[in-house]
Amino acid sequence: MSAPRFTNLNTSVGYSLNSTPNGGSAPPYQNGPVGQTYTSTHSSTGYYGVSPHEQSYPAVPGNCAPAPRKSHITNNDHSAYYHHNSYQQTIGAPTVPSGYGETPPHHPASQPYGVPAPAAPPNHQHAPSFQQPAPYTPPGAYYGQRQYPTSQVQHHPQQPTLVSAPPVGPGAPMYPIVSYPSAPGSSQYGTLRSSRAPTDSGAIPNLMGAPLHQYPPGNGPTESAAVSPGYSVAPTSQQATVNGQVNAGTVYTSVAVSVSLPNQSDEKSSSSQVSLHCSDPPPGGDSSSTTTDSVSPVPNSYDSLEGGSYPESSVPPSVDEAKQAPPFGYGYPSMQPAYQQGPPPRTDSSPSHCGYNQTGYQHLSQPFPSMSQLSAALGGLSGVPELEVEALRPVNLLQERNLLPLRPLEAPEPHLSADLKKANCSPNTFRCTLTNIPQSQALLNKARLPLGLLLHPFRDLSQLPVITSNTIVRCRSCRAYINPFVSFLDQRRWKCNLCYRVNDVPDEFMYNPVTRSYGEPHKRPEVQNSTVEFIASSDYMLRPPQPAVYLFVLDVSHNAVEAGYLQVCCQTLLENLDRMPGDTRTRVGFVTFDSTIHFYNLHESLSQPQMLVVSDIDDVFIPTHDSLLVNLKESKELVRGLLTALPGMFFQTRETHSALGPALQAAYKLMSPTGGRVSLFQTQLPTLGHGLLQSREDPNQRSTTKGVQHLGPATDFYKKLALDCSGQQIGVDLFLLSSQYSDLASLACVSKYSAGSIFYYPSFHHVRNPAQLDKFRKDLERYLTRKIGFEAVMRIRCTKGLSIHTFHGNFFVRSTDLLSLANVNPDSGFAVQMSIEESLADTSLACFQAALLYTSSKGKRRIRVHTLCLPVVSQLSDVYAGADVQAITCLLANMAIDRSISSSLSDARDALVNAVVDSLSAYKSTVSNLQQSGLIAPASLCLFPLYVLALLKQKALRTGTSTRLDERVFAMCEFKTQPLQQVMRMVHPNLYRVDAMSDQGALHLSDCVVPQPHLLHLTAEKLTREGAFLMDCGSVFYLWIGKCCNQMFIREVLGCPNHASIPPNMTHIPELENPQSERLRAFLAWLQDSRTFSSTLHVVKDDASGKTSFFQYLVEDRSESAFSYYEFLLHVQQQISK
Amino acid sequence: MAFTFAAFCYMLALLLTAALIFFAIWHIIAFDGLKTDYKNPIDQCNTLNPLVLPEYLIHVFFCVMFLCAAEWLTLGLNMPLLAYHVWRYMSRPVMSGPGLYDPTTIMNADILAYCQKEGWCKLAFYLLSFFYYLYGMIYVLVGS
Repeated sequence: MSAPRFTNLNTSVGYSLNSTPNGGSAPPYQNGPVGQTYTSTHSSTGYYGVSPHEQSYPAVPGNCAPAPRKSHITNNDHSAYYHHNSYQQTIGAPTVPSGYGETPPHHPASQPYGVPAPAAPPNHQHAPSFQQPAPYTPPGAYYGQRQYPTSQVQHHPQQPTLVSAPPVGPGAPMYPIVSYPSAPGSSQYGTLRSSRAPTDSGAIPNLMGAPLHQYPPGNGPTESAAVSPGYSVAPTSQQATVNGQVNAGTVYTSVAVSVSLPNQSDEKSSSSQVSLHCSDPPPGGDSSSTTTDSVSPVPNSYDSLEGGSYPESSVPPSVDEAKQAPPFGYGYPSMQPAYQQGPPPRTDSSPSHCGYNQTGYQHLSQPFPSMSQLSAALGGLSGVPELEVEALRPVNLLQERNLLPLRPLEAPEPHLSADLKKANCSPNTFRCTLTNIPQSQALLNKARLPLGLLLHPFRDLSQLPVITSNTIVRCRSCRAYINPFVSFLDQRRWKCNLCYRVNDVPDEFMYNPVTRSYGEPHKRPEVQNSTVEFIASSDYMLRPPQPAVYLFVLDVSHNAVEAGYLQVCCQTLLENLDRMPGDTRTRVGFVTFDSTIHFYNLHESLSQPQMLVVSDIDDVFIPTHDSLLVNLKESKELVRGLLTALPGMFFQTRETHSALGPALQAAYKLMSPTGGRVSLFQTQLPTLGHGLLQSREDPNQRSTTKGVQHLGPATDFYKKLALDCSGQQIGVDLFLLSSQYSDLASLACVSKYSAGSIFYYPSFHHVRNPAQLDKFRKDLERYLTRKIGFEAVMRIRCTKGLSIHTFHGNFFVRSTDLLSLANVNPDSGFAVQMSIEESLADTSLACFQAALLYTSSKGKRRIRVHTLCLPVVSQLSDVYAGADVQAITCLLANMAIDRSISSSLSDARDALVNAVVDSLSAYKSTVSNLQQSGLIAPASLCLFPLYVLALLKQKALRTGTSTRLDERVFAMCEFKTQPLQQVMRMVHPNLYRVDAMSDQGALHLSDCVVPQPHLLHLTAEKLTREGAFLMDCGSVFYLWIGKCCNQMFIREVLGCPNHASIPPNMTHIPELENPQSERLRAFLAWLQDSRTFSSTLHVVKDDASGKTSFFQYLVEDRSESAFSYYEFLLHVQQQISK
Repeated sequence: MAFTFAAFCYMLALLLTAALIFFAIWHIIAFDGLKTDYKNPIDQCNTLNPLVLPEYLIHVFFCVMFLCAAEWLTLGLNMPLLAYHVWRYMSRPVMSGPGLYDPTTIMNADILAYCQKEGWCKLAFYLLSFFYYLYGMIYVLVGS
């Protein structure tokens, strides 16, 4: 590899190329090809075949050692560009003829297009690019199908574009134009350095200097070595010095100001900068001039394109600024200050470079004022004082008792500029535990807080921009999707915010469908919204999109009939048959099982369903291959008939065994040609065939404080089956309705690894437990009608330097950053632990992008992309100030659950306590200078101990309180799959007093007024006998009525004359026409609106037996075996002082 | 200079260690492939798992040979690895087939890093013991 690379890189060739463009003729030509190739390029991106590229990405950091080949290619290109750019700058610089002179070899080339240039360079580029595929192939990208060569084609055009920029000859008048392109180029590399650089005047030259410095080697034989550093290493080192000088948060802000001011003045005053205004025209001018050139193949279309943009761009800078500012996530232009101060480059090794630099960065500063200002502002923002001060206010936990906010806690806002903040992803979808990302792993370790993301990627959204376009614009190196945080270097190029590669803006992207105008790539919806959905082309498919296929596997053993779920299940199915997501291709099938497996032939030609029984459960086979899964539309009558008849068919059954394993195998065989969703209803421990399980629970150990056994699976049968299913794009959802132990720990595996969901209804009985029955019905209804995505994969990309450590949730991890999700549903959340592998010191923003590719129920391939952008900080105090306590709690819960399964429960509990102890003691020793005694926490973390205590008292993690094994395991599953809001409501329920709600501070919605009572601490202290309290635990509401509660409240809200007459199992509130009742119902409805599964309501009387279930949620109180909140704080304090 | 049983043991161990070195390298390559996204974890685990027991058995085999040959020092040097193998296999995840690696957990960064480190350590150990056996063999041949 290296040899060819060499040649191509051999920048000298490229160089000459560049210089040619200067002649003026070149650019058009090159531009032309770009436009052309573009489409093809994009099409080439395989369905996640894309991945190869991405795969290459990780290698870059690791760099040279393991996989030098892959990364290098790209690197080299980069470096090549870089050199070109810088080069051009010099050339362009009018003042520096000497610089020009320096480029003697190229200079001659400036003759149009010179003979060698056009043809040769592309070839060189090509040669390596073609080889690129080779290294990639091995990854055997699951989704294969990438056509490298084509994509590479694009590649080469790009270079030309860069080149084209300086179309103008050395001539003075044209000069401004020249500057235009050059600036972006330089900033490209500038990017790597953080925007903090600005303060340090010396730094800038430095920045410029370093890459330049490498330039000579680039030409020389050592190209490969020199290049990669140029890309990654060099900046870092520089950065280090820069940072050293610019650390304090306050400094940032000041920097921001200083930078922006000079900027403006520059634009207006200095003549050289005037070029700025002109900067935009060049492309247009270029193209026109180029068109005339004989070389350009597709001048016309291009020309027109440009023409469209031209007027726009020529607008005076101020306007320009306003327009362009928002999209630029990164501006590196931080360099400006340096520029102004104009200190000589200090690191430059060779004098010749000096001249080079200065000119180079003059131009730099000019091109995009808006961008630079913005970036400077960004850098400054990282230390926004007021917010931070509040978040860092030391709180003495032992003294301040009312820590809860009045309203449920909101996600902390990252300290970004208003534009970025506005564009940022909703915290409901994408949240990071630290909204200020520490710049190095060392800093993260010092903070003792976990770094991770919490995602709810497929959430139901009320507003979602859906984009249909032929080309989905993605970074060519890391395959990230274009997003609001990329920076546009100019009209034609954008720089990826994850890997910093400079990419072309395809022609199609120049047209904005929203405003119907050309030349505003930064106004496209992709660049305005951080959550978008693309309709993917066939490149994103491995096979034609599958139809929606639903298979229901129902347990019909005696136990199931006895529990009576079948009736409800079939009834609900019947009611929702038409509401299930799908299109005309939707298929359904049914399998029932006890000790044998029953299939149902539902072929449309039959008059009634035909049952086929397979009793050979050791070697399951499919009795007939067609018509077991039938088109719902065509066989609807038969399906209805079957659902009506099913409950009665097994009414008399005496079969007590359950052959779950074989039934699942049958389902797998039935579904494997298409993929789809299997809904499994199970009511007991599987007792026959493969995958049979034994009871492992010892009821006497339920309340032990010693280790809890059997949290892991007893067999890997279900896991293997799930992996097989996942491979065939089959998701298995488990409904476990059982009154006895059913070894959920083993059964859950079937859903865990096939990206299914798990529902558990302990002690389900249709007569004895109406609340559970009601919940089952409602859940099932939601389950059947909710959105679904098939054959999905989700990839999470993050800024270079960050890497993914562990995923939490239900899925199969297919590679380091790729999750395979056979089905994706809108109710599942994911958590990701991150680690910082390389220092982020040279960037001011860290971005995370989650891309979910799925097939909708209508058979459309879609990609939903979420992008989150967060500032990077270098101060420990900033890290604490940005801590998101809820996200931290959720991530810790996930980690604790992993730990309790892999190690032991007590270990996990200790780890949780240590998490609090460590973070608080780290805070105390490093950030707060107060030497006062007591337990000090920053305001941002003041709820942390409370939440962790609440975690310790959860069913999943508690000890000493009687907890059934299945319920514990289910609670663990919930933690891993529920989205953050739901988990937080489970961990720390919201308690409100509702007997005296007023409209004060109420929320006025369109159709009603929702009162907003204050949150109360979860302690019995807050309950009074005179009151009524509502506790919102996520999936269940408790309405607790005190003994001496106002009679009027009871009468008006519950419709009962007095406290004694309230029925014991009341589960809903009557609709009474009075303000009290209306208020409470409006409040309940409003709470309900924020969640997808409907919650059940329990009215709990002060004296009723239901009290225990209510009181177990009062986490601040002491229970038989657990600390009260105050005791816990003392314990933590003791640990800290140890 | 006589060809004793001990010398035979050393020669055998020499050969087998060469095989073990191959195993270790294979593991390292495989995990590296996983780390750099080249391979599907399911396939990778399927290829690696059948190799685990043979590796352990080979090691056990020449340990027993050394025991029979009363080469106590050599046996002692191998005991830690033997114990580690036993422990490692006892604490493997729930699996029906032979092997150690579970495709659902192998992509966890910690586990992957552990496996890689294990591979390197074993490689180093086998390499050292290779030369030790060579030395031991010559020593025995010459000494007797």
